[in-house]
Amino acid sequence: MTLFARATAALLLSAAAAAAQTELTVYTAFEAVDLDRYKKAFETAHPDITINWVRDSTGVVTAKLLAEKDNPQADVIWGLAATSLLLMKSEGMLAPFRPEGIERLDPNFVDQDETPSWVGLDAWIAALCVNTRELERNNLAAPTSWEDLTKPEYAGHVAMPNPASSGTGFLDVSAWLQMFGEEGGWNFMDRLHQNIKFYTHSGSKPCKDAARGEVTIGVSFAFTGAKAISDGAPLAVVFPSEGSGWDMESAAIVAETDFRAEAETLLNWAVSEAAMKEYNVGYAVVAIPSVAQPVENYPAGGLDAMIDNDFLWAAENRERILKEWASRYDGKSEAK
Amino acid sequence: MATAADPAAPGAVASATEDNRPIRPRASRDEIAQRGVIGVLVLYLVLALVLPIGMVFSKALQQYAFTPDQITIAFGRGGAFEAPRSLQSWIDETGYVVNDGLRASERTRVQIVRIIPRPARAGVEAYRVTDASSAGGQLLLGQEFSAPGQTIEVPAADLGRIQVRPQMSYGLGNFGYYFSQKSLSDSIRNSFVIAAIVVAINVPLAFGFAYALTRTRIRHKEWFRLISTVPILVPSLLPAIGLVYLFGNQGILTPLLFGASIYGPIGIVMASVFFTFPHAVIIMTIALGGADQRLYEAAEVLGASKRRTFWTVTLPGARYGLISAAFVVFTLVITDFGVPKVIGGDYNMLALDIYKQVIGQQNFQIGAVVSIVLLIPAVIAFTVDRVISRAQTAQFSSKAVPYQPDEDVRRDRWMLGHCIAVSVFILGILFMCQFAALAKFWPYNLTLGFQHYQFNKMDGGGWAAYWNSIRLAFFAATIGAVLVFIGAYLVEKGRGFVAGRIGLQFLAMMPMAIPGMVLGLAYIFFFNDPSNPFNFLYGTMAILVINTIVHLYTVSHITATTALKQLDGEFEAVSMSLKQPFLRTMTRVSAPCCLPAIGEMWMYYFVNAMTTVSAVVFLYSPSTNLASVAVLNMDDAGDIAPAAAMAMMIFYTNAAVRILYGLFSRNVLGSLQAWRAR
Repeated sequence: MTLFARATAALLLSAAAAAAQTELTVYTAFEAVDLDRYKKAFETAHPDITINWVRDSTGVVTAKLLAEKDNPQADVIWGLAATSLLLMKSEGMLAPFRPEGIERLDPNFVDQDETPSWVGLDAWIAALCVNTRELERNNLAAPTSWEDLTKPEYAGHVAMPNPASSGTGFLDVSAWLQMFGEEGGWNFMDRLHQNIKFYTHSGSKPCKDAARGEVTIGVSFAFTGAKAISDGAPLAVVFPSEGSGWDMESAAIVAETDFRAEAETLLNWAVSEAAMKEYNVGYAVVAIPSVAQPVENYPAGGLDAMIDNDFLWAAENRERILKEWASRYDGKSEAK
Repeated sequence: MATAADPAAPGAVASATEDNRPIRPRASRDEIAQRGVIGVLVLYLVLALVLPIGMVFSKALQQYAFTPDQITIAFGRGGAFEAPRSLQSWIDETGYVVNDGLRASERTRVQIVRIIPRPARAGVEAYRVTDASSAGGQLLLGQEFSAPGQTIEVPAADLGRIQVRPQMSYGLGNFGYYFSQKSLSDSIRNSFVIAAIVVAINVPLAFGFAYALTRTRIRHKEWFRLISTVPILVPSLLPAIGLVYLFGNQGILTPLLFGASIYGPIGIVMASVFFTFPHAVIIMTIALGGADQRLYEAAEVLGASKRRTFWTVTLPGARYGLISAAFVVFTLVITDFGVPKVIGGDYNMLALDIYKQVIGQQNFQIGAVVSIVLLIPAVIAFTVDRVISRAQTAQFSSKAVPYQPDEDVRRDRWMLGHCIAVSVFILGILFMCQFAALAKFWPYNLTLGFQHYQFNKMDGGGWAAYWNSIRLAFFAATIGAVLVFIGAYLVEKGRGFVAGRIGLQFLAMMPMAIPGMVLGLAYIFFFNDPSNPFNFLYGTMAILVINTIVHLYTVSHITATTALKQLDGEFEAVSMSLKQPFLRTMTRVSAPCCLPAIGEMWMYYFVNAMTTVSAVVFLYSPSTNLASVAVLNMDDAGDIAPAAAMAMMIFYTNAAVRILYGLFSRNVLGSLQAWRAR
């Protein structure tokens, strides 16, 4: 073989190697603005893998994954609520895997099984988005606790997500039941219900409605509020003093993936410090506590506000809670 | 194929061959081609309509229940296993209430550790749990379902990992559950009440508007006619968004509500009046436009007052139009889910329940049940409309003299006021949406700018969704118009194969009676089944095109057959005697003659494909996001200004296509249609 031929062969080989890109189909409910940044960061670290995002809201992605149960299209789920992944796990759709460096993660963020089926990445925490201008206009003081919200002066000023259609709403309800006990929780919601202007379908809407002054107080998430403030909304974000429900954006490998090795690479990267720094741009609380830096307009005390959330309890009692909730509060406007 | 003689055929021509078998005339090659095309179209409608709808019915009957009597568990103590005991006997003994007494769904799971109390398990080292069912799948351990008869052995610490799954059977359980849920069955009443109110408002409103267009001498009629069709060009979400801006907490006109909330019945009714208005006006304009001058002259001669003439001549003459408009509006309201989604607050409606059950709770069985409930009013309305439209054709006689409105300044002034009021309502909502889409941060910073058009930074799919919508509208319109026209041609002008033609006609009328949400859900059930050979279509643009063509098939089919009916049957007779294939007659004679109708079909497909939400909301995939769905999802996430911006983009696109078509038809079609002029 001549030198020239050898060189050509080598060149061809390297070309083939460069072309050997694996495309991973990744289902996600990450915020639309974050997608490009996460993809770029990962692909820079692992140029041989390309991420093909399939993105929608939490409810839709969950429905889609469950609908495709017998014929999964996704390789990896990256950025979906842990409560949704618990559902997938109970359907036998996730492949257990222990990512490298998982011991640095706060144990609250990791599936309890010996080999975890999913890992949490960052937390989103329930908070109140309070429109300060509307407070002023209506001569109201800012609420500081959940209990405050039930005061008669807030009647018709509060919006919250419907737990039946919004994972966020369910998170709030399950947190109240855990914090105040079964009886106290329902009692609280009975009183809160008197003040609710409307229940929304999505979890971020109450906060954006509060930002526009459509309602005065939106029961929503801290990061949505922080973002709205940066956009110029007259908002204050409040962690209620009793504590807040929370959920995490998490990641898992789909059991039937054809690209197990690449999926593991992605999961290893998803829990790395580099990834945590990316999550930290929008989220104040991430799975590796030492990485976390303060986020613009994000109120302090997020970590302390998080209650000791029992996800398994919430998942097991979901149907019962939703049924009870619907029988108490659904179709509120027709009673008028 | 019918070329082979069939001795038993009763209609066979009675001429005998040597072996005494009666024969029929040979099907010509042309007839065979016609049958082939009809067969393909029928197959298409069966695959894309009948079978998916059938799946909805079968899904609605799938019910789930735990069968703990088919599970046994044996305790291992001291190295040996005791006699197995059924899980049911444990439940009987402990009084454990399975799943808190709730009806099980596909995804309900129960843990064995919850059923057998800890004291009863003292000293157990291992368990053998057996799935004694014949179908298997009773148990779930980690990621695996149990096989029939399989025994799973686990150490004591791992019993918590074994979960019990409910088993599927067919029955009416879901319907019983549905009607026992007050919040769900209340939706039936709510939907009917709202639809009835919208009919009660819209029919007089549209009647007045159509009356002004046909029976008065007001000026600028063509402008009012144009404005009245504007709502067709926008998704039903747009009026709901506009109303939030007009009447919401920060709205300009909120004081007009006197403290009532726009979120709920008031908002749903107002937005529904907006989006159903053009449909009622079009029907009523046709009904009022065909009046006979001689009746009015007779009334005048007989000394009837204007009021009396109105009640005894005008209204009865338009009665079919009134009834038809009422049913069309009723169906549109009851099957729409965009309006209550955006502005309904907590007011539950049937179509919204399907969405909530499927997207919010992943409860496909109950979604199917609601679909069937929703089918009933839609089918009734459809049937009434068909019966009426048949009766109406008999009304006009060839001797009728077209009505000429007389001079009446007072009447015209009132009618002009009515038209202006309605136009202000329509344009006001449109203007509000556009303004809100441009305002930097409503209501605190009203500087205008285009930052809400940066769709790529929002939920909903970004600008790609907009271009996808245009692709969908173009493909659905072009393929749909051609397909529907060929089908209508064969139904109307084809020869022989009566059964096939009647079948195609029947299938072509079906889609109108199927609400879009139901069709969308049906497609999930049918095409997402991995054992379906058409599964590969799922999540592609093709399935959206297929769905849209079927969803809008009926109206296009009626347009095409109406146009074809006007063409003399002699064309076919002549071409047959000249031995011309049907394809040539169709493409050289019928299609050019019907070009205005085909153009209308194309426009109808395009505009509706741009605005529809209901049918496609279950079918889009992230790579085939659509503009109308993006409006829905952006509003859902609270990004209401970008939602308004995208809704207005749909309006501008449809308006532009409409105008281009108008220019095209004036110039090109005008010359092609010169033969119509004398």
